[in-house]
Amino acid sequence: MKKFLAMLLALVMVLSLAACGGKKTEEPAKTEEPAKTEEPAAPADPAAEVKVGLICVHDENSGYDAAHIDGLKTACAALGISDSQIIMKYNIPEDETCFDMAVELAEAGCGIVFSDSYGHQTYMQQAASEFEDVIFVACTGDMAANSGLSNLKNMFPYTYESRYVSGVVAGMKLKELMDAGKVSDPYVGYVGAFPYAEVVCGYTAFLLGIQSIVPGAHMDVQYTNSWYDPVAEGEVANALMSKGCVIIGQHADSTGAPSAVQAVKDSGKEVYSVGYNIDMLSVAPTAALTSAQNNWSVLYKATLEKFIAGQEIPTDFATGVKDDAVMISALGESCAAGTQEAVDAAWASIKDGRLKVFDTSKFTVGGETVTTAFGLDTDGDWVNDTGECIVDGAFQESVLRSAPYFSLRIDGITELNNN
Amino acid sequence: MSQVKQGKEPLLRIAKRDGISRPKAYGIRVIAVLLSLVVSGIFIFAVTKLNPVDVYKGIYDGAFGTTRRSWVTIRDTMMLLCIGVGLAPAFKMKFWNIGAEGQVLMGGVLTAGIMRAYGASIPTPVLLVIMAVMSIVAGCVWGVIPAVFKAYWNTNETLFTLMMNYVAIQITSYCVALWENPIGSNTVGVINQSTKAGWFPELFGQAYGLNVLLVLLLTVGMFLYLKYSKQGYEITVVGDSVNTARYAGISVKKVTIRTMAISGAICGLAGFIAVSGASHTISTSTAGGRGFTAIIVAWLAQFNTFVMILISLLLVFLQKGAIQIASQFNLNDYASNIITGIILFFILGSEFFINYRVILRGKKEGEAK
Repeated sequence: MKKFLAMLLALVMVLSLAACGGKKTEEPAKTEEPAKTEEPAAPADPAAEVKVGLICVHDENSGYDAAHIDGLKTACAALGISDSQIIMKYNIPEDETCFDMAVELAEAGCGIVFSDSYGHQTYMQQAASEFEDVIFVACTGDMAANSGLSNLKNMFPYTYESRYVSGVVAGMKLKELMDAGKVSDPYVGYVGAFPYAEVVCGYTAFLLGIQSIVPGAHMDVQYTNSWYDPVAEGEVANALMSKGCVIIGQHADSTGAPSAVQAVKDSGKEVYSVGYNIDMLSVAPTAALTSAQNNWSVLYKATLEKFIAGQEIPTDFATGVKDDAVMISALGESCAAGTQEAVDAAWASIKDGRLKVFDTSKFTVGGETVTTAFGLDTDGDWVNDTGECIVDGAFQESVLRSAPYFSLRIDGITELNNN
Repeated sequence: MSQVKQGKEPLLRIAKRDGISRPKAYGIRVIAVLLSLVVSGIFIFAVTKLNPVDVYKGIYDGAFGTTRRSWVTIRDTMMLLCIGVGLAPAFKMKFWNIGAEGQVLMGGVLTAGIMRAYGASIPTPVLLVIMAVMSIVAGCVWGVIPAVFKAYWNTNETLFTLMMNYVAIQITSYCVALWENPIGSNTVGVINQSTKAGWFPELFGQAYGLNVLLVLLLTVGMFLYLKYSKQGYEITVVGDSVNTARYAGISVKKVTIRTMAISGAICGLAGFIAVSGASHTISTSTAGGRGFTAIIVAWLAQFNTFVMILISLLLVFLQKGAIQIASQFNLNDYASNIITGIILFFILGSEFFINYRVILRGKKEGEAK
């Protein structure tokens, strides 16, 4: 009897699902209707026919993903691609779910699918090998060139340029504090995600920016081993501030560090925060100086333009301030006097090539000037596979491939927990 | 004091039910599910002004909208079910195995390691057998360690199994750092992406056919084992009363260790299925909290492995729906978490009304029955 009733329950549940199913069959038709009505209206415009997919590792609550979401929407709006032609998948972890979603987007008719997180790329590659007619762009990825697939692409902005300029902002503040006698040791802290080239490249550029104003500045880096962990980022910021750091930079995606810095600042200490991706003024109104930002819409627009026109999309695509692909957010009220002028000057000289961020005369490794550096090691055997990185007295970042590969540890930077 | 209170009868009184007929119990559960849909509907409308029916359709669409989505839903259901089936004997014995997460990870780590090391040299069918056996052994060891301590020194198994999870997570992080590809990325990437060595082959033309077959075999096997075998009976007796078991001549030590060996082994095998049959990679999130979710599955189903199929399906269904409504209606995962929370709250809450009855003031005891 008990078993019979269990079966009955199962049957009821199955039937209720089937009932839902019956109703549901109308639904996909409904969602596709608007797209279809648009097609005959503008048959000559190829932009009206494309469908674009984006896979996000978090949703708009994470500054990093918000930058991608807004970037893609802005790019599409500029190219006449309506919002109904964009399908976004949020909170997709870096596991087989990414493959499921990439394939689903391809089946849903997307001609081009983007993913925004580094760890998505192997699943994008898997999807790319199954759907040869669809372009898969793994943003921040680095495997496209060696994948042997013509429909797998990577792109990355020259984030190190905006890191450098945000370092200039921090340097101006540091100089002001030192001139006023409030700070004696130009000690900077950095909340890093992983000891990975993208992070190393970022904090090195940040410190070089600071050193362009305060030559004696030195920095401690502590890793959280996560791209997004508000609690851990706050804790690391607190640990760095208790060691005496005056400026806290970050390469992690949450507002954890700026919030922690604001709390300490409110208790009367002179500490300031430089953020990443989003304007941190809302969480740290007096502690936030600025944030290094990527303008992903520039990269999305350039890629989609080529896609719509039917042109070949470059396997690796990277650009910087010369195309407005990087920027810094509005300066906070705590910034030192003259900061805006220093920022403008830095941007101008990066643009016209006078200033090279990784100028080898500006840093040393082990006390010596670097004359030769590792390019790319594509197969993990610690042998340089592609060209020399030091050309014309500067490290050539994001030239050999779009994703950063600067992994020299320069003097003045101490990694507290690289294991 | 008590005499003063006696004069004033409370508005509501709660009394334990003596017993409830099955149809009535399931009736209460169905009502709970319907009520939860109504309440989440009100929430959806109040907060987002969206038509709740459309949102529910979106949830359904996310889980079963296309053939591929259905298969992904089935794959994940099987994964959760497998761990739930593994937990069932332990919990039936009232052994609080919180360590499924670690047992799954250990099985997964061994599978991934073997897949990486021997993918090129051993043919896939042999490799699959080796990986299955090794993952079973790994999960088994991870389950037996706390069981031995419990059996011989009466340590607290809840804390012990929980701690074993952290050990397993650390071992996994270590292996991820060791095997990372590309270097510095902190991910292992898809293992044997080009050769697909050590991946589950297609079965009945379905990529996840083998997952379904393996887990359903386990489900049926565990049902029979618990219900009809002598060992299953011993588990029930130990779970109900250790003293009764001793009196009946059952070796509690032996049953505890044996049951946890089985429980850990199935969870280890779940790790093998997760790595070889689905993700083809290993990370600390390979188990993804399913070791804990499966506890809800096992308890809600009251260790009936067939009911577990439904419960796992419901949970995975809600999770897949969450992704879809996020994409379709721009509701972020907080919204879908709230909906899932409301539905689970009502289902769990319905157990209260199955075990207790509420008597209104003025009603006589007899009427309330």
